[in-house]
Amino acid sequence: MAPRGGASPTGVRGTPIVSLPPFEAVVVEHGPVVLRVCRAVVGPHDADDVWSETFLAALGAYPRLAPDSNVRGWLATIAHRKGIDWIRSRNRAPLAVARVPDHPGPTAEPALRDDALWRAVAALPTKQRGAVLYHYVADLPYAEVGQLIGSSEAAARRAASDGLRTLRSTVNRERP
Amino acid sequence: MTPEPDVLRRLRHDGDGSISAIGRLHERLIEAASSHDLLDVAYRVLDTPVGPLLLAATPAGLVRIAFTDQGHDAVLDDLARRVSPRVLHAPSRLDPAARQLHEYFSGRRRRFDLPLDLQLAHGFRRLVLDWLTDLDYGSTASYAAVAAAIGKPKAVRAVGTACATNPVPVVVPCHRVVRSDGGAGGYVGGLETKHVLLALEAGARP
Repeated sequence: MAPRGGASPTGVRGTPIVSLPPFEAVVVEHGPVVLRVCRAVVGPHDADDVWSETFLAALGAYPRLAPDSNVRGWLATIAHRKGIDWIRSRNRAPLAVARVPDHPGPTAEPALRDDALWRAVAALPTKQRGAVLYHYVADLPYAEVGQLIGSSEAAARRAASDGLRTLRSTVNRERP
Repeated sequence: MTPEPDVLRRLRHDGDGSISAIGRLHERLIEAASSHDLLDVAYRVLDTPVGPLLLAATPAGLVRIAFTDQGHDAVLDDLARRVSPRVLHAPSRLDPAARQLHEYFSGRRRRFDLPLDLQLAHGFRRLVLDWLTDLDYGSTASYAAVAAAIGKPKAVRAVGTACATNPVPVVVPCHRVVRSDGGAGGYVGGLETKHVLLALEAGARP
């Protein structure tokens, strides 16, 4: 019998052999990392909205995700796209972190207080910012980082390295 | 060149603020999922006298109740595979079920008034569950009597299987089905749980 083209392997009762875990597990495992990516793309103030759009879109598409997919990379891709959409819809540059108040109130979350660093991240050239985010924040390997930012693996590695060097010098300059 | 360790650490810093942010964002996700008809399976865990019960519901109604012995994680994986992988922890969606179960376990409720989604039971098993739904609080029926009542008097063992695979035990009272010789028979939540439920219903009778 000829193999059925494109069909996924199925068990004796026709259920997939490899199946997707409950979406709750995806939120718990990857939610914090995706939030950091969102904060870095659109700034801490709009990150919650972009995170919510990212996970709502992911929830909608989840049943069609191949069970052996890199879920973190898939989420980072959606967050990247949603962040870009968000910036375009606001018709402003990705320097959204400029809206961060100079003196965060006592209720501000600790992760939001490092304004100098995240302002420097937002100021990086697009590919360097993406490479730093997806490799150092989202833990993706350079091959996948390259796919996200439209570069080769080697170029993604260089971009992450250049981006980190820029961050260091910028941050050190702001905090002598 | 070695990257500045301080910058790397700060990039990856994820203090308590992020964790509480995820809790808040999770609630937002539940609301958004619900209004976009994407909350296919909502679940919560309820503490009861027979141990923590996993409760799961689709928009159509209560779809699954599971005892700890059944493995809550395994049951959630099964729901993801058989119903939908859009499974989220959404306790408020189970409030009516939780309230009625609480009333039942404190002897103040004799009949559940909850929408049920029996999509996990098919054919003969579904017939058995439909019949059991009308089996009164505090009463029992034998496996043979149930088989006879639904017109399949020889299907006594199949009635046992239907009870053993009941997706919503307690609410669909398969614990009220016992052996013809007076023995309790088996139970999906363990024999001890079956005895607790039968004693509860016997004791709460007026």
